[in-house]
Amino acid sequence: MLHGYAPSLLDGAWLTFQVAVFSLVLALVLGLAGASAKLSKLRLVRAPAVAYTTIVRGIPDLVMMLLVFYGGQMLINMATDALEWDYVDVNPFVAGVATLGFIFGAYFTETFRGAFLAVPAGQLEAGAAYGMSRWQIFSHILFPQMLRHALPGLGNNWQVMQKSTALVSIIGLSDITWLADQAGRSTHQPFLFYAVVCAFYLAMTALSSVVFNHLERRYSVGVRRSAA
Amino acid sequence: MTQLTVEDLHKSYGDHEVLKGVSLSAEAGDVISIIGSSGSGKSTFLRCINFLEQPDAGRIHVAGEEIRLVRGGDGHLKVADAKQLQRLRTRLAMVFQHFNLWAHMTVIENVMEAPVHVLGLRKAEARERAEAYLDKVGIARFRDAYPAHMSGGQQQRVAIARALAMEPAVLLFDEPTSALDPELVGEVLKVMRALAEEGRTMVVVTHEMGFAREVSSQVMFLHQGLAEEVGAPADVFDNPRSERLRQFLSGSLK
Repeated sequence: MLHGYAPSLLDGAWLTFQVAVFSLVLALVLGLAGASAKLSKLRLVRAPAVAYTTIVRGIPDLVMMLLVFYGGQMLINMATDALEWDYVDVNPFVAGVATLGFIFGAYFTETFRGAFLAVPAGQLEAGAAYGMSRWQIFSHILFPQMLRHALPGLGNNWQVMQKSTALVSIIGLSDITWLADQAGRSTHQPFLFYAVVCAFYLAMTALSSVVFNHLERRYSVGVRRSAA
Repeated sequence: MTQLTVEDLHKSYGDHEVLKGVSLSAEAGDVISIIGSSGSGKSTFLRCINFLEQPDAGRIHVAGEEIRLVRGGDGHLKVADAKQLQRLRTRLAMVFQHFNLWAHMTVIENVMEAPVHVLGLRKAEARERAEAYLDKVGIARFRDAYPAHMSGGQQQRVAIARALAMEPAVLLFDEPTSALDPELVGEVLKVMRALAEEGRTMVVVTHEMGFAREVSSQVMFLHQGLAEEVGAPADVFDNPRSERLRQFLSGSLK
């Protein structure tokens, strides 16, 4: 039915999924680090985080992707020339994951920052008053309560992020979108193959929603719900 | 035995001097009520005792051990040893105005949390202790509920059980009934009265003059950062020496 392209599309789907998951992990790490930096008392720590979120959120994802891929290659060339090393190629998979993680890390920073601020100070004070260490206050009280506030925003960001994985096709990754484009051209049936891509993305985002709904329920235990 | 002494505590916010040298000494079994109008510094004083606020000067002994302090580079007083402070804080259990029960934990988890993770009790032992104290404050049947599903009075009783489960030297109460609906105040005061009768050492910042008069062994009237009058409740309430205390009492007793 797919003119023998099914196995290759499956490979592309698997690659897209990997890009999405690795970018998510990177974005979560950058988001937590960025939020902590933005909430720091030290201006020197806050300033780079403010610059990061301002710049990254103000540039189109597509432009950022090209900028990191070509700009990153330029920087690496300059560095290897200076050090007289051999030519190093930017791996498109690494470039794609790095760019998506970097872009969405900025959005996650804002989500986490708001969530940290939403935890009432009294909750942390009670921890301090009962002799908890700073790490215990963070891991037993602040982090679990912050997650409840962060999850709806993270779920939303993650949804957008999954769809943005299609951008990696422009930097030479054989993801599902790129493969469908190739298949559509050779068989003159672009609609069929793009429909398959749509179905794949819909399935992935729908599955994520289920997972996120479950997480949101889990982390909102103890919250009074208004009568529906 | 002296459970808590505070000597000459000072605290300023910017140019505003909130505490101008306040002292207090609590023997085992003492119930000291701190009264005064809002802005008199009474809550700040209580919060300086366990270093939720940093005092600018003063000395604090908890169960015979002095909290070691050093003067930092910026001239402010700092705790010298964070581990020592953590240990002494477990001897000073606090009950907050807004309860501050941990919202993501059930009632029993709230009461077990610090005994397990700070005092290092085994879970089974902490659970037994928690159940006993929840029973004592009359809230055992809510053990698996979350704080948000309970009334303010019930939450404050859980907060008292959480404090008792530390088996502290001194219980610090920071306006424990001020955030409650009037009809819920009684159930919390009843629990506090029972604790006082058991001989627990308590320092209570309160607006409840009836409680201060009937339950305290000593009453301190704070006014503009100074202990204007200190004495037995009968003296303070029936023979106020200063005009300010007279005014305060006539306003409070209605």
